[in-house]
Amino acid sequence: MSDIATTTAGAPREYFDLKGTHHPENGTLLGFWIYLMSDCLIFASLFATYGVLGRNYAGGPSGAEVFELPLVAVNTLMLLLSSITYGIAMIKMQQGSKSGVLGWLSITGLFGLVFLGLEIYEFQHLIHEGFGPDRSAFLSSFFTLVGTHGLHVTFGIVWLVTLLFQVGKLGLTAANQRRLMCLSMFWHFLDVVWIAVFTFVYLMGVL
Amino acid sequence: MSTISNNPFLGRLTWESLPFHEPILIATFCGVAIGGLAVLAILTKYRLWGYLWKEWFTSIDHKKIGIMYMVLGLVMFLRGFADAIMMRAQQAMSFGDNMGYLPPHHFDQVFTAHGVIMIFFAAMPFVTGFMNYVVPMQIGARDVSFPFLNNFSFWMTASGAVLVMLSLFIGEFAKVGWLAFAPLSGLEYSPDVGMDYYIWALQIAGVGTTLSGINLLVTILKMRAPGMNLMKMPVFCWASLCTNVLIIVSFPILTAVLFLLTMDRYLGTHFFTNDFGGNPMMYVNLIWIWGHPEVYILILPCFGIFSEVVATFSRKRLFGYTSMVYATVCITVLSYLVWLHHFFTMGSGASVNTFFGITTMIISIPTGVKMFNWMFTMYRGRIHFDVPMLWTLGFMVTFTVGGMTGVMLAVPPADFALHNSLFLVAHFHNVIIGGVVFGTFAGINYWFPKAFGFKLDPFWGKVSFWFWLAGYWFAFTPLYVLGLMGVTRRMSHFDDPSLQKWFLIAGFGAVLVACGIGAFLVQVFVSIRNKDKLRDVTGDPWNGRTLEWSTSSPPPAYNFAFTPVAHDIDAWWDMKQHGYTRPTSGFQPIHMPRYTAAGVVLAGISTVFGFAMIWHVWWLAAISFVALIASAIYHTFNYDRDYHIPAEDVLATENARTQQLASTHV
Amino acid sequence: MIPKKFVSPVRAWSLPLLGALLTGCSGVVLKPSGDMAAQQAHLITVAFLLMLAIIVPVIGLSLFFAWRYRASNKEATYEPEFHHSNKVEFVAWGASIVIIIILASLTWIYTHRLDPYRPLERISEGRAIPADVKPLQVQVVAMRDRWLFIYPEQGVAVVNELAAPVDRPIEFSITGTTVMNSFFIPSLAGQIYSMPGMQTKLHAVINKPGEYEGFSANYSGANFSGMRFKFHGVDEAGFEQWLGKVKAGKDGLDRNAFLSMEALKDPQRPYDEQSVVAKPVQYFGSVDKGLYDAVLRMCVDASKPCTGGHYMGATAHAAAMEAHGDGEAAAHDMHDMAGMHDMHEAESAPAAADSAK
Repeated sequence: MSDIATTTAGAPREYFDLKGTHHPENGTLLGFWIYLMSDCLIFASLFATYGVLGRNYAGGPSGAEVFELPLVAVNTLMLLLSSITYGIAMIKMQQGSKSGVLGWLSITGLFGLVFLGLEIYEFQHLIHEGFGPDRSAFLSSFFTLVGTHGLHVTFGIVWLVTLLFQVGKLGLTAANQRRLMCLSMFWHFLDVVWIAVFTFVYLMGVL
Repeated sequence: MSTISNNPFLGRLTWESLPFHEPILIATFCGVAIGGLAVLAILTKYRLWGYLWKEWFTSIDHKKIGIMYMVLGLVMFLRGFADAIMMRAQQAMSFGDNMGYLPPHHFDQVFTAHGVIMIFFAAMPFVTGFMNYVVPMQIGARDVSFPFLNNFSFWMTASGAVLVMLSLFIGEFAKVGWLAFAPLSGLEYSPDVGMDYYIWALQIAGVGTTLSGINLLVTILKMRAPGMNLMKMPVFCWASLCTNVLIIVSFPILTAVLFLLTMDRYLGTHFFTNDFGGNPMMYVNLIWIWGHPEVYILILPCFGIFSEVVATFSRKRLFGYTSMVYATVCITVLSYLVWLHHFFTMGSGASVNTFFGITTMIISIPTGVKMFNWMFTMYRGRIHFDVPMLWTLGFMVTFTVGGMTGVMLAVPPADFALHNSLFLVAHFHNVIIGGVVFGTFAGINYWFPKAFGFKLDPFWGKVSFWFWLAGYWFAFTPLYVLGLMGVTRRMSHFDDPSLQKWFLIAGFGAVLVACGIGAFLVQVFVSIRNKDKLRDVTGDPWNGRTLEWSTSSPPPAYNFAFTPVAHDIDAWWDMKQHGYTRPTSGFQPIHMPRYTAAGVVLAGISTVFGFAMIWHVWWLAAISFVALIASAIYHTFNYDRDYHIPAEDVLATENARTQQLASTHV
Repeated sequence: MIPKKFVSPVRAWSLPLLGALLTGCSGVVLKPSGDMAAQQAHLITVAFLLMLAIIVPVIGLSLFFAWRYRASNKEATYEPEFHHSNKVEFVAWGASIVIIIILASLTWIYTHRLDPYRPLERISEGRAIPADVKPLQVQVVAMRDRWLFIYPEQGVAVVNELAAPVDRPIEFSITGTTVMNSFFIPSLAGQIYSMPGMQTKLHAVINKPGEYEGFSANYSGANFSGMRFKFHGVDEAGFEQWLGKVKAGKDGLDRNAFLSMEALKDPQRPYDEQSVVAKPVQYFGSVDKGLYDAVLRMCVDASKPCTGGHYMGATAHAAAMEAHGDGEAAAHDMHDMAGMHDMHEAESAPAAADSAK
């Protein structure tokens, strides 16, 4: 806190920041973190819905009957690796290496795309078998929870590509660094949500 | 999917979507068209389009955005009130063989629209408008943390309002009640577009509100003036902090549940259907987990307004600042633990009902404490009954009764007899009108001079107040009685003619309220006409206590030439008591954000997207969605977001103020 | 003296307000004819009086302070720095807490006592249930535009009319077919929602003969205003007479009759001209034994799967379980809204009448 606010005994109170020393801190990272928490609440609602409706098979298949764990394991690996590569990209950012950032960001994006591709394959396969989201409440909640996560990953990739252009064009400016940090939070957040999905939906669904 | 035929180009839109067979709607349309054309003509004649676009629509200035929220809220409030008058009229005449003038499928839309509009598009914009306008100034800041996002939030709310208004003339609105319970709101029982209007209007507006919540929370946490720690903030800022926390933790639930309902309606999923494992009770739970914090979102800022008004007009510091803060935080936390009291009758066991009944009662404790604190602020004060203070007294008398009936309803077996009755309707109108509406009028009268440079005419303000007070009591006391007589809500026709006299009294009350609203509109008109006589030259017309009164009326774009430094609660009062010196030189260039059209554009595209989804015009939905993403990305390529106001401009503005202040001492 | 400007408005309003309050006091909610409703009425009154103890001083003091400390009253003390007092805080928090503790205790006791799922413990105040009296079983189906009441023990059904003998406990088993309605007879007992595929329960007793209003208290769409029926409290002889009238009804209620009652004339236009008027009373002299269970399991239409499959001839308990999906759903029944699954039923004597197959 600046010391304009404190008064020594007898000294007149200073009511204006005449020297202009007060600079409100940039709220972008806090704001984005709070947004992520609100997004977390959306996922919490979807998890709660899955919790309530997740055993309502309506005569259709259960999780154990349709989940392909090996595929899901590969997917999880993709996402975890992508978080690592994003982390490396952030280290490159600290080091001021624009090419490092662009390179590792691209690899992150590729992992993300593989994740999405596998997930789309999984969904399409289920739908093809007649086990789409309209078959039962269990499948509705499964598709919605996992699909919402996938939508978030898609948006993340779009954002990532945009940032590739922006960093490529303007370099590691303060504004771009903030954006990279926000996307970093977003990406890791999606990873954490996926751990929850993997555990509560796939693993516990198969047990 | 809907059984109505789908045209690949127009989706579900047909000529039958236009209400040619509904005389009331045709009349409304003519009225709106004439009024709208008149407005357009005036704007064109006085060449105001450029002015409106450059100075208002693209503005990221929190003060202008706050004013735009109030205007939006007022327009939608008038629409919602029109719905109220229609309902009162129908219920006053529809007994026995008389079917009234409003056929049931229209009546059902009217009561749904009334609730949706009043909550989402009148009350929310009002409280958001107040928080937007006042909070940055009260904490000594120049704007909110994310000014562009602020503009975007406003336009997303406006976009939702536009969709609701469109439903009047293209298609119809939902017929499901304001919370749209499943399975009634699902595809099977509401296949019509009305339910989709509801969903998209609320989803789009909800994005705006959530972002606004994040914005104001970060602003309060990060942008307070030096010396203003949290326990020195004005109580209105505390109320806003808690409100925005509630927004952030509750609106995502609304987003999620509406999203799930959308999936049920568009993709045939089974979240809330009766069959295939769906569970409509899940909808009821999720929507009320949002719904209860929502009503606290509406009332907490109004409690904050009353705190400011009572202290200012009693010429006395607010009693019990610390306990006010703790009470507000208690209410915030507890409001998340009471949602089931909205459906005690849905058949949960006794233990569950008891838990939620008791938590609901506990919430009344901090609320009661606040009431005591307001009373003891008046105690040994010197009270001036300007219009804002009248509204506050009206609130203290009216809201308290509503709180009482709320606690009565919180007892589950009592609720078994009164749930969904007119007693319930009377209760929530009691607290919403007594709290939110009275608070809004108090705040409008209080801060109007700050925003526009002249006071609102006090005579017409008092006329409006007394009509509202009498009108509220005449309109809703009969409903308490009717509820105790076993009459349920949302009925478009009654068999028992002995009930009619109560509805006639209620209708009379509604007429009084209409007079109150009319008096308010006259008040605004008269004030504009007499603005020179009502001019606020000092910037501090009420001898206020908080920092917004240290600026000119209206304030300059940058609010404060130098960031103020706070030393105590009621920072401005402290400055006046200790004899501050207003700096008149040494100004620096001031860093300000640029105006931008991006918010209008993005919200406009969202409106098109919503409309396309409602009418199943898939090609348009796809194109507008892509356009939305593309525009958002395009906007992020704009790094030129700010500029500096030159020091000479600041000097000129401040000199003008010095002169203005000097003239008051003549 | 209290200035005129406060007296006249108060006087002008207090009489009509009092009048209104007194009329409310004689409304059916506060003067019902059934024991459950009577106990609820008692609670409402007690809660009201307890709250009055808080709000009368609050409103009174607010108005008094407003008048006494008005700026024109120079005699009143002006203490601009008085903004804290432990005494006031203590009273403000303390008084509210005390009242709420009292109310919370009452809530705990009465919410359990007046739980709709709980079998009755008395006929009315001071009168226990005679040992040989079994509750009258009534099955309630909230249909799209009418109420259907099935008397399983008597094998009859009625649309939009209900009757029960005075002073005999009634056990309602309630479900619906389309959307959520709320089964409510204010004079008799509290309301409880009816939900398709689920069963709720209400235990009640009528203590006075008479004709009472019954209706849906939850908006259900196009025909909501017409969801009304009359409930007749009659003596035993009167009840037998009424049953005789119903048994004489020519119509039998089988699945087809049920489905044709449910069918919409025009699905595109659910609001017909008679939306707001109650459907006329209809008597069914015979009822298909499995009909209620089929309704509960949402497969009256034999071409539809019973939700969760295939359980014909099961008991009401199992049937209710299966209404939610698999038999395994029972294990995942996470709500204490277990009443919907008739758990209380399973613990007490099984309602053999419900499902004699």
